[in-house]
Amino acid sequence: MHVLKTMLRQPSALFGLIIVTVVVLMALGAPWIAPYSPDNQMFDGLSIEGAPLPPSTRFLLGTDTLGRDLFSRLLFGARTSLVIGLVANGIAVAIGLLVGVLSGYLRGAVGGLLMRFTDLMMAFPALLLAIVLAALLHPSLWIVAMVIALVNWVQVARIVYTETRGLVERDFILAERSLGAGHLRILFVHILPHLMPTAIVWGTLGIATTVLLEATLSFLGIGVQPPQPSWGNIIFESQSYFQAAPWLVFFPGAIILLTALSFNLVGDALRDILDPTQRGRG
Amino acid sequence: MLLLVLRRLLQTALILLGVAAITFLLLYALPADPARMIAGRSATAQTVANIRRELGLDQPFPVQFWTYLHGILQGNLGRSYAQKTDVGALIMARLPATLILMAAGIFVEVVLGLILGIIAALRRGGPVDRVVMMASFVGVSAPQFVVALLLLYVFAVTLGWFPMSGFGSAAHVVLPAATLGILGAGWYARMVRSAMIDVLNQDYVRTARAKGLSSARIVLRHALPNALLPIIAMIGIDIGQFMGGVVVVEAVYGWPGIGQLAWQAIQQVDIPIIMGVTLVSALAIVLGNLLADIIAPLIDPRIRAR
Amino acid sequence: MLNRWLRNTTLATVLALSPLPVWAQETPKQGGDVLITYKDDIATLDPAVGYDWVNWSMIKSLYSRLMDYTPGTPDLIPSLAETFDVSADGLTYTFKLRKGVKFTNGREVIASDVKYSIERAVNPKTQGPGAGFFGSIKGYEDVSGGRSTTLEGIETPDDATVIFHLSRPDATFLHVLAINFASVVPHEAVEAAGGDFGKKPVGSGTFILKEWTIGQRLVFERNPDYFVKEMPHIDKFTVEVGQEPLVALLRLQKGEVDIAGDGIPPAKFLEIKNSPDGAKMIVDGEQLHTGYVTLNTRIKPFDNVKVRQAVNMAVNKERITRILNGRATAANQPLPPAMPGYDKSFTGYVYDVAKAKALLAEAGFPDGFQTVLYSTNTDPQPRIAQAIQQDLAAIGVKAEVRALAQSNVIAAGGTEGEAPMIWSGGMAWIADFPDPSNFYGPILGCAGAVSGGWNWSWYCNADLDRRAVAADSMSDPAKTIDRAAAWGKIFTDIMADAPWIPVINERRVVAKAARMGGSDKIYVDPTRVINYDAIFVKQ
Repeated sequence: MHVLKTMLRQPSALFGLIIVTVVVLMALGAPWIAPYSPDNQMFDGLSIEGAPLPPSTRFLLGTDTLGRDLFSRLLFGARTSLVIGLVANGIAVAIGLLVGVLSGYLRGAVGGLLMRFTDLMMAFPALLLAIVLAALLHPSLWIVAMVIALVNWVQVARIVYTETRGLVERDFILAERSLGAGHLRILFVHILPHLMPTAIVWGTLGIATTVLLEATLSFLGIGVQPPQPSWGNIIFESQSYFQAAPWLVFFPGAIILLTALSFNLVGDALRDILDPTQRGRG
Repeated sequence: MLLLVLRRLLQTALILLGVAAITFLLLYALPADPARMIAGRSATAQTVANIRRELGLDQPFPVQFWTYLHGILQGNLGRSYAQKTDVGALIMARLPATLILMAAGIFVEVVLGLILGIIAALRRGGPVDRVVMMASFVGVSAPQFVVALLLLYVFAVTLGWFPMSGFGSAAHVVLPAATLGILGAGWYARMVRSAMIDVLNQDYVRTARAKGLSSARIVLRHALPNALLPIIAMIGIDIGQFMGGVVVVEAVYGWPGIGQLAWQAIQQVDIPIIMGVTLVSALAIVLGNLLADIIAPLIDPRIRAR
Repeated sequence: MLNRWLRNTTLATVLALSPLPVWAQETPKQGGDVLITYKDDIATLDPAVGYDWVNWSMIKSLYSRLMDYTPGTPDLIPSLAETFDVSADGLTYTFKLRKGVKFTNGREVIASDVKYSIERAVNPKTQGPGAGFFGSIKGYEDVSGGRSTTLEGIETPDDATVIFHLSRPDATFLHVLAINFASVVPHEAVEAAGGDFGKKPVGSGTFILKEWTIGQRLVFERNPDYFVKEMPHIDKFTVEVGQEPLVALLRLQKGEVDIAGDGIPPAKFLEIKNSPDGAKMIVDGEQLHTGYVTLNTRIKPFDNVKVRQAVNMAVNKERITRILNGRATAANQPLPPAMPGYDKSFTGYVYDVAKAKALLAEAGFPDGFQTVLYSTNTDPQPRIAQAIQQDLAAIGVKAEVRALAQSNVIAAGGTEGEAPMIWSGGMAWIADFPDPSNFYGPILGCAGAVSGGWNWSWYCNADLDRRAVAADSMSDPAKTIDRAAAWGKIFTDIMADAPWIPVINERRVVAKAARMGGSDKIYVDPTRVINYDAIFVKQ
């Protein structure tokens, strides 16, 4: 309760919280809010020449290249993209943190082995893994999320590993250690809080990039399959129309940006409130 | 130190072997037939069978892999299925372009990221910080294709400052590098900002500040080194991503890099090219990481080389 | 179209025709450099190996063959051959070579070069995709089976004479000698290239490859010794590869590029079409293309002909042509309108949702069924697949769209029992030669209904196969009309069994600069896409 109150006092955090809530509500309430079915290709949703229609009172955000209502597609796309952006990216950051901290903190064979495994995964053409997995398993939302998590954790691990190595040698950690503090205490009380900024950066910027990555996977035929909408594939399907039909790129782009930004604001506020090393400072 | 490097080089070789084995196995498992792709629509069943036999694709997996490995050990990356020419030559022809774009792209990213990150950290919580933060999200949330085309449209088509497409002069590299920089700088800016704020909040820095040390000195002596570690790790990651090719940016600017080669090879299931590009980029990634691990202790002497 | 074909392909006309261009109303100017862009790199220029629509036309211009086509038309003319003669039984073809034709390495082209080149295309070691085209030449099985390297059916009594002995009459044989795989190459250059002939081509065509910077550009220069006077018209053409079509178009609008080889991307099409210069820039021509959905006759419920007919009636083809900005027309039979044998009077299955539902109920599926529709994943193919998906949903057929990489779709199509429906878009080849038989064997005949084959309907009708063989045996030029009619009937009769939904005939759209001259037909040439020999620069 204290946390929430503190957050509500900061305007930027409040803004973030509101947007996040709205996006989640959009996703949950899509069937009731959406004016049309997201898959309905309306004959009058295209001009006589077959061009998508700009925003109007009938189609709030315009139509796409198949004559579907963009607003409805963005609402339903929120479901797909939140799963990808939050779940897939969240898992990736979690695994990355775990592996990175352990390999940076533990010395000797275990740490080295973990890091070499990370190196192997990183050197490995992840996209190829995705292509083969998808071709064998038939892509669905959850498989796509899994593939993205599998691909993305490696980079987080690499960064966290480097940072942890720097932290481990810091005076205060050395001091704690000489005082006989246990590994768990050092890890959770002293190291993890210092890694929170990195985790927040990856956890939030990662939302935007994974949402777009899903679209890249769709392009390779291994993302969520049409006609299921996602913010990423809405942009991707029509990015070459950015001159002819700018609304098809602008609206999904703006909502991805806004969502990622809002999560970042919330994340930053949370860190300030929860981080013991920074409490009372700022 | 020398022993460390030697040991890591041996590990590198093992990692490459692992990558080669897994990639080869994945391509083998892929439900797509290279012979069929070469043969096209009108080929008879016998023609397809002939092509498959000539390529050695009718052999069991261990034999195929061994043949490939044997070639690699002799420095031979094999022959492209579709282009019927030496894969090594194809990659070498495109490698310079890829390296140039990688270096230029990373340079723009890092410089932009450092400047923005430092400004934001020093003005933390203020309007400048908010604008920078917002900007970092815009870059990251923008689709590559659109950013690349917008830059091209404004600076090449409308203003005519840079050539629209091609490779060969310094002017050609500006727009592709700027595109990569805009798309990636957000990451660096955020990392720099976070790492610096972390340090600026440390007791010793607060003490230094209280003693009246100048901001510039604090930034250069205390805050920046702390931010450099994650940046170097980040560069290691970027090397890997750019080595595999930046397909979209290459395509928009007609940049003859490895990405387009790899992309076409994947479409055609041209296994020798896919393997070649994979190995070259894997080598670059591993070397990049190795370099990052070696440089880290030099920058932050507290990290002992392990 | 049909009538002209029938008029021109009788042997008498073929022999009487000199290579006189059909665009004679506009006198071509000599000279000029032309810049052309493509997205994909050029894979190879080896005529025995190259088989994609981009290198196809370049190979046409680098080499010459016994037979060729009048630019912009599907009309056969002798090329390296001066005259030819077909025996009454259609089993022996005798060609007299033109005298004094030289390879660009300076050596004269002789009969044994023709023999060598075709043997090379058939030899499994070459890994050539086109070997099967030469299947009617005596001794083919021995060479393709690896038991021999020489075709006993090709005889070269002297340096100027080539005689082909066929094992069966083959009405398409003259076309076969005009396709790229029959291009004549000098053996010494192939050997000197040491397996890299595709990058170091030597021929006797209209152009010579002067420079190839991998991943960037190829420069072709006019062959000054080409055996037809005033051919080609341009001095030089440069091909820049790795160019995004949208950017290529911007460059074209700016005057940097003369021909955007990949055409106009959908996103730009309306803008250009409706711009003041649009009409001058767009070349919009018919090509030998049909986009279809295969219905797998070996997968339930498509084993039931009524189900196949019902889905045929369910697809709203007019809406699909609108999605394509009108760059296609609705199709009702496998053959495209420009192909001899196309039946103008045939109506096929008319769009009728109520009737489709009734048929489906009759077949025992009043509530429809679930199935899978495969498609490749490059725009606009997934969009068309989704349009078809929506149409099918209207009659209760719930099709899951699987938009995959082309290689995966091809693999799924060639695996028995795997893909119930496949939208063919993006995998259509330019017809190898303008003859209806080219639309049957591999994609609708029994021979293609095998594992790894291209007959994704897995449709096999022994009776039609027999009729196809009979039609292809009508090699007497006097029977050309009858033969085309026989073929046309085969394709309309197939539609009774409805193994496909013929959806659209897509037109080919090329963008060119205003200074480029020549009729539209030579930019959308039915046998080579862009005819580099015939294009010219105005002014």
